[in-house]
Amino acid sequence: MDRIPILKLGSALLVTIQVDMHDRLATALQEDLTEKIVSARAKGVLIDISALEIVDSFIGRMLDHIAAISRMLDAETVVVGMRPAVAITLVELGLSLSGVKTALNVERGMDLIRRRLIETEAADGAGDE
Amino acid sequence: MIARPQSNLLAATLAEQGTTILSVWSDRLKKSGALASGRIREAELQTQCRTVLDLLTPAVKDGVDAAQPAFAPLRDFLADLSRSRAVQGFTPSETATFVFSLKQPLFEAVSGTKGADPTDVMRTTWDVTQLVDALGLQTIETFQKSREETIIRQQREIAELSTPVVKLWDGVLALPLIGTLDSQRTQVVMENLLESIVSESAEIAIIDITGVPTVDTLTAQHLLKTVSAARLMGADCIISGIRPQIAQTMVHLGVELNVVSKATLADAFALALKRVGRTVVAVKARELPAS
Repeated sequence: MDRIPILKLGSALLVTIQVDMHDRLATALQEDLTEKIVSARAKGVLIDISALEIVDSFIGRMLDHIAAISRMLDAETVVVGMRPAVAITLVELGLSLSGVKTALNVERGMDLIRRRLIETEAADGAGDE
Repeated sequence: MIARPQSNLLAATLAEQGTTILSVWSDRLKKSGALASGRIREAELQTQCRTVLDLLTPAVKDGVDAAQPAFAPLRDFLADLSRSRAVQGFTPSETATFVFSLKQPLFEAVSGTKGADPTDVMRTTWDVTQLVDALGLQTIETFQKSREETIIRQQREIAELSTPVVKLWDGVLALPLIGTLDSQRTQVVMENLLESIVSESAEIAIIDITGVPTVDTLTAQHLLKTVSAARLMGADCIISGIRPQIAQTMVHLGVELNVVSKATLADAFALALKRVGRTVVAVKARELPAS
């Protein structure tokens, strides 16, 4: 069974979904990602879905779950590159992914994670004093 | 319909007394005020009458069923005529009267035929009634259809015109909504907005509802859908231009928009600029170019 590669970029993980997601692939990604967040001590997860033309309710829920899991492990999830048609479908399905941060593209998503890192570092630093 | 001999009485009458019928018919039309509106010239009306009779004369040779292929040219002509009349702004009754007024001259011509069998005359009169009725109804139908086409086209144009997406600044889009927001329009608005977010790589979209006359629970739901979809694309939405009465109605209805909202587009724009790290400042007096 093929798996979706997870790349480490500094303290963030980058997942680019290039193939059509089927349910088992999604479950595998969720497991791999959870383990990788812990092992790499990642502070951010970037999921690029710009190549995805179809996102069903299962994938939508999986994105929500990944976000909840990574939040528990102190990492922020950003979903980037959602297509207009996909966004409309998800809204019509009633999935607004309210727990997930979103950005237009990978670059903006990276900015979002970097900004959050700086903020948490500043907050931690302030707490130490 | 089987071709009956009495149809030939009609055919013969038309062939023999065509000119009389034409003049009686056009006289009647003129008297009934067909030219009064000034939308059509006398010569034009005359030509139309003549064409109808010219097409009718060969068609009735084989029967008086208006659905027969022999009537096809006449049907086409009448369809064209009513379509152009619909565009010119004629009323439906004016258009129908044009066809129905053919009855009387035909009746007169048929009953005035010398040496005709009275039963034959009766039957032919009945045939004429049916034929003219069928033609008249068809004219009305075409008239109605072309009006409907116009309405549909206009609706589409309004939908397209009323959903522009405006770029206010790099990364800031505005969507001034005008008119009632139903689900069909929401779809168009949403698609336009999302496409523009991608093409302009926008971070913030301002939805201005100054031009939306009423906001009920359904409209609010449509607005929220649009906001959620934009958020999924990574753009934040600000709603602006909620009028005082509408704000009151919404609160009374229990509608809550859980989004950033500002009273005016200007306020929303100021907030948007702040979010993208820009600000508007007044130029100092000495920096103004001397005028």
